[in-house]
Amino acid sequence: MTTLASTVVRAKDTTAPQRVRRRLSGRVASVVAIVIAVLWTTPTFGLLLSSLRPEDQIKTTGWWTFFADPQLTLENYREVLFGTSSSSGQMMSFLINSVVITIPSVLFPLALATFAAYALAWLPFRGREWIYIGIFALQIVPLQMSLVPLLSFFSQGVEIFGLQLSPAWNLEGPARFIQVWFAHTCFALPLGIFLLHNFMSELPGELMEAARVDGASHGVILRKLVLPLVLPALATFAIFQFLWVWNDLLVGLIFAGGTPDSAPMTVRLAQMAGTRGNEWQRLTAGAFVSVIIPLVVFLSMQRYFVRGLLAGSVKG
Amino acid sequence: MDFDFAAEQSKLVQLLIGIAAFLVVVAVILLLVDRAPMRRRAWVHATILLLPATLLLGVGLVVPAIRTTLLSFMSGDSRQWVGLDNYGWMFTQPEAVTVLRNTLVWVLLVPLLVTSVGLVYAVLVDRTRFEAVAKSLVFLPMAISFVGAGIIWRFVYAYRSVEQEQIGLLNQIVVAMGGEPQQWLQEPPLNTLFLIVVMVWIQAGFATVVLSAAIKGIPAEIIEAAKLDGASPLQMFFQVTLPSIRGAVIVVLVTQSIGTLKLFDIVRTMTGGQFDTSVIANEMYNQAFRYGETGKGAALAVFLFVLVLPIVVYQIRQRREVR
Repeated sequence: MTTLASTVVRAKDTTAPQRVRRRLSGRVASVVAIVIAVLWTTPTFGLLLSSLRPEDQIKTTGWWTFFADPQLTLENYREVLFGTSSSSGQMMSFLINSVVITIPSVLFPLALATFAAYALAWLPFRGREWIYIGIFALQIVPLQMSLVPLLSFFSQGVEIFGLQLSPAWNLEGPARFIQVWFAHTCFALPLGIFLLHNFMSELPGELMEAARVDGASHGVILRKLVLPLVLPALATFAIFQFLWVWNDLLVGLIFAGGTPDSAPMTVRLAQMAGTRGNEWQRLTAGAFVSVIIPLVVFLSMQRYFVRGLLAGSVKG
Repeated sequence: MDFDFAAEQSKLVQLLIGIAAFLVVVAVILLLVDRAPMRRRAWVHATILLLPATLLLGVGLVVPAIRTTLLSFMSGDSRQWVGLDNYGWMFTQPEAVTVLRNTLVWVLLVPLLVTSVGLVYAVLVDRTRFEAVAKSLVFLPMAISFVGAGIIWRFVYAYRSVEQEQIGLLNQIVVAMGGEPQQWLQEPPLNTLFLIVVMVWIQAGFATVVLSAAIKGIPAEIIEAAKLDGASPLQMFFQVTLPSIRGAVIVVLVTQSIGTLKLFDIVRTMTGGQFDTSVIANEMYNQAFRYGETGKGAALAVFLFVLVLPIVVYQIRQRREVR
């Protein structure tokens, strides 16, 4: 009886869905899909092509004329990256700043969030629910709310009723990176702890119990047992944080200042867009330089990233 | 024209110092945890592990958020209490009201457009031969910074007067169809819509990926049953697909709303908030960091918090229900 029913279903299977699929992937549907794909790809392609064209051509003709009169040059990149006058991009300095900002801003919160998440997931102590809820709730606080006070914490220190509790940091030059790392680390912790905690609390409890009976300390359990198991979650969070820090403008603008000493590339690009909005040869090449690194990271790590997205974790 | 690498060395030294210092911190924490006897109560270990994170959260988020709330009731130079003056300014002065109105337009349109485009695209490319490639193409802008995207789109919107050849794609199309080139970013209220397009362009891939995964999660039997009943593609979409992925649609709508409220970079790169395009986050930056009006900036930040709060509470409750 059941075999008969399933044969019937299977027989229909080959006809009805095929018909539906043929209709679904009919002309209109394909055309709409292609139009969307083209719309989404064209702007970036236009930028890439423009950045490779000679300056006078970028400024006088559209990038699509390239196909009638193909001319390519790397001059824009050379100038925007390695030029040292303040009117050129000086992008190389800012690129180095971005790297120097990003590496610690990913590592620091990753490590601290791992410690905190382990404690919240596997150490039975009083009030742990409350601390977890508190940290979770901090995700709500928009970064904008903490900018002014955090900046004055660095520049003026903490003073209550005339009592100086902490000194002004007065960071200059490369030391300013410290306050950018600090800010990024603070802002990343709520999401990081939340993500890693969710992942860690799913681990089998017997495993920890067995290790503890064998006399392993929490440090050993964390390093030898938990860390290898939560690697996928760590990777997801690291990619999130990398993209967030690399692409950030607001934190960089406020905590790194606007000079080649410490400002990231996004700050420089925003400056160029504002003051020399018509220097297209520099803008296009500069923008592409800033885009290419996250694109490469993103493409090579896409699988983890998508998995992270699907875990329902998103930084707003 | 010569880039001097030696001049950059101090930065790399700073980087090494920073990482070394941090490794010392990590080592100390691990050492303390290892040394603390396991017989002791859990809270000793917990304190060691939680201290750095909670300390940073306190200094970086909790105390600042409280101080910002206080600052919002003070004058621009933070010397006098002014009660609700800053909030009064926000809701009555024309320039501030424009900002609120723009933010409203953003937060109504972006989530709706992002979700619709993402949904339509996810359905159209589902189970086609090119699915993986097609999804990556739309997903790519996710990796691009808002600043980079802003520049990409400024180039699309670029304007040249009628006599000159156009270099912006959009105006080229307009001219090719016999129209006059437009200054897309300078004419309110339409310019806000042109900025919104950029945000939708960046975020649609996110929606596509999330919704596409949800569509693949619909049980095969439901689809089979509907097909056997002879449902048309449109009926399938509205009566089977959409109800089945309701949860994912809500997640996308919520995250997009929150992201849009905090949006800052696109407006700043493309118009700087001029020509009536400013939004709350951008105006907050202007007031607090450019005009020295800390009170007004703080009030805008607090208002942002108040707007985000109900969305997040809703999301938390939604998640609980799913569990």
